[in-house]
Amino acid sequence: MSPNFRIAFRFLTAKKRAMVMSLTCIVLGVGLFVVTQATTTGFQALFIETIIGADGAVLIQDKIQAGHTSFETEHGSGVNIDTTQDNVKLQAGIEEPAPLLRALARNSAVLGASPVLKGSVDIASAARSDTGRVYGINIEEHLKVSNLGSKIVEGSVDDFRTRPAGAMIGRELADRLLIGLNDFIQVSQSGGPPQRFKVMAIFITGISALDRERIYLSLSDAASVLHRPTGVSYLQLQLADASRAPVESDRIVDEVRYNAQPWQEREKSWLSAFGALQVSSAITVLVFTLIAGVAMFNTLAMIVIEKTKDIAILRSMGYERSDVTRIFLWQAVIVLSIGAAVGCLFGAAATYGISKMPLGNGGISGIFSAKYYVVAWSAWHYVEAVSTAVVMVMIASIIPARRAARLEPGDIVRGTAQ
Amino acid sequence: MKAAAASPAPLGDVVLRCSGLHRYLGRDEGRVHVLKGVSFEARRGQVEAIVGPSGCGKSTLLYLLGLLDQPDAGEIAIDGQVMSNTDDAARTAARGRHIGFVFQFHFLMLEFSALENVMMPMRKLGRLPEPEMRERAHGLLASVGLGEKTHRLGTQLSGGEQQRVAVARALSNQPTIILADEPTGNLDARNSTMVFDLLPRLAKDNGQAVVLVTHNPEIASRCDATRPMRDGVFI
Repeated sequence: MSPNFRIAFRFLTAKKRAMVMSLTCIVLGVGLFVVTQATTTGFQALFIETIIGADGAVLIQDKIQAGHTSFETEHGSGVNIDTTQDNVKLQAGIEEPAPLLRALARNSAVLGASPVLKGSVDIASAARSDTGRVYGINIEEHLKVSNLGSKIVEGSVDDFRTRPAGAMIGRELADRLLIGLNDFIQVSQSGGPPQRFKVMAIFITGISALDRERIYLSLSDAASVLHRPTGVSYLQLQLADASRAPVESDRIVDEVRYNAQPWQEREKSWLSAFGALQVSSAITVLVFTLIAGVAMFNTLAMIVIEKTKDIAILRSMGYERSDVTRIFLWQAVIVLSIGAAVGCLFGAAATYGISKMPLGNGGISGIFSAKYYVVAWSAWHYVEAVSTAVVMVMIASIIPARRAARLEPGDIVRGTAQ
Repeated sequence: MKAAAASPAPLGDVVLRCSGLHRYLGRDEGRVHVLKGVSFEARRGQVEAIVGPSGCGKSTLLYLLGLLDQPDAGEIAIDGQVMSNTDDAARTAARGRHIGFVFQFHFLMLEFSALENVMMPMRKLGRLPEPEMRERAHGLLASVGLGEKTHRLGTQLSGGEQQRVAVARALSNQPTIILADEPTGNLDARNSTMVFDLLPRLAKDNGQAVVLVTHNPEIASRCDATRPMRDGVFI
């Protein structure tokens, strides 16, 4: 044990009350940092998982063509607005998905690609009529790029796969139409003849916008309903690493000359909201760690004042200014180490406790579905919390430590130290 | 009371020498010329007393000699090496190697035991391994009559005992010079005698120079030499 550490430890233990106060502030600062990060990123992670699970990491939906004009089209599959950037024109939909799928199959970053034909429809049950959106899919391909299979709450994907003229429908839409499993619905595009489908499965994605309007049919059934014998609206892609969606999208654009939209761009507004929430949480917890820094500053400043004579003794014995600085920084390090360790344990325990707390009113649904508080377990939360505390406390400790080192031993023993 | 040696000491014997020391304290209108060209020598095995009224500059001189302060003019040499104009690190190192201090108010570190207080300068210097430091500290405390109280905290020792620990601590690194500022000034007569008896005995045993500042004429009379001061000069 170094002499400086030994002295620091003894100085600190002699000021138990002040040390406990500083320690408590650091424990709270680190612990609350971990908890807020865990909860905010937990909800964000669930949101991301939900939207990627529902609509994939990347959507390829418009063909890029050279041109000078922009136009708005009303496709059979719904309203599509083509945009132009300089001399680039986007043509809505994918007329020939097969070559595109072959090209994507060669891309190792792409785990799967599912062609989807989408369009607005009228839906009628025995009791009610409503509007919705048909999504024509190849179920085998689509299960590779979505978590639809795990969102089924009634019926099964197998029934949808094996029986003809089957439909999978969102829970909210089913409720609006007053229908249940195995009931029949009539689906038609405005003005077209209605076609009859049997409800084989009901799903809840947790995203209200999807659950209240979405109805899945087989690709061929959707083509028939939407009068689109060829082509699809878009390809839904799943990637090996969803976080790389923007990079992979750019590569896909360059390779296949179709517009590819990563999930980060698709959900930009929600992600911005989560980002803002994280920043505001970070500000709150920074205040806690700032208080921890102030408490440490206060403790050390007090010790410097009380220990001026001891500093003079040490200096008279041959202890250098740097030794005095180290003695005070060691005190900060000791409190910080204990505080960070206990703070991390406190943060982990609190995070676990929160994850077991039910959300009010039976849970949250809308942009995702959760019945309990959602937390994310990440070592980075602990690293960030401890790093923030280290920066705050050490900055706060340097000032009194340097002040102690600057004290002139001659002045102290003369009793004139300022 | 013995007079100060009139002739210069043989070079080998002089371990501390200062010449033409000037020191001002305070600022602006409060600035005081405390030392006015003081010269002084201390020799191995000798106990020198600096006496004089309060404010005459004797403690200021002691702190300059101990390199705790820097003169405004003049020179201080320890073991022939001029230290007065060196940087803080060099002066600090010289303090650790050559100088032991005994202050009036004991200045023990009260959170530490007597043994730890005595070991503290040794730990900094790092000249001895831990077991030898411990053994030496035990020996020093025994020599000042505190062999049974080595593990008592500073707060558990009387004033006289604390000052004896301070003496043991001052001797711990076997310094060439012991500087004592009113070492008995805060003690009763019995403890005062006990502490003063220690300093010359240990100094002579180890060939150390002792310079002490005192108001006590009896203490001064028992030193090898006495240097009276007034208004910042030796008289």
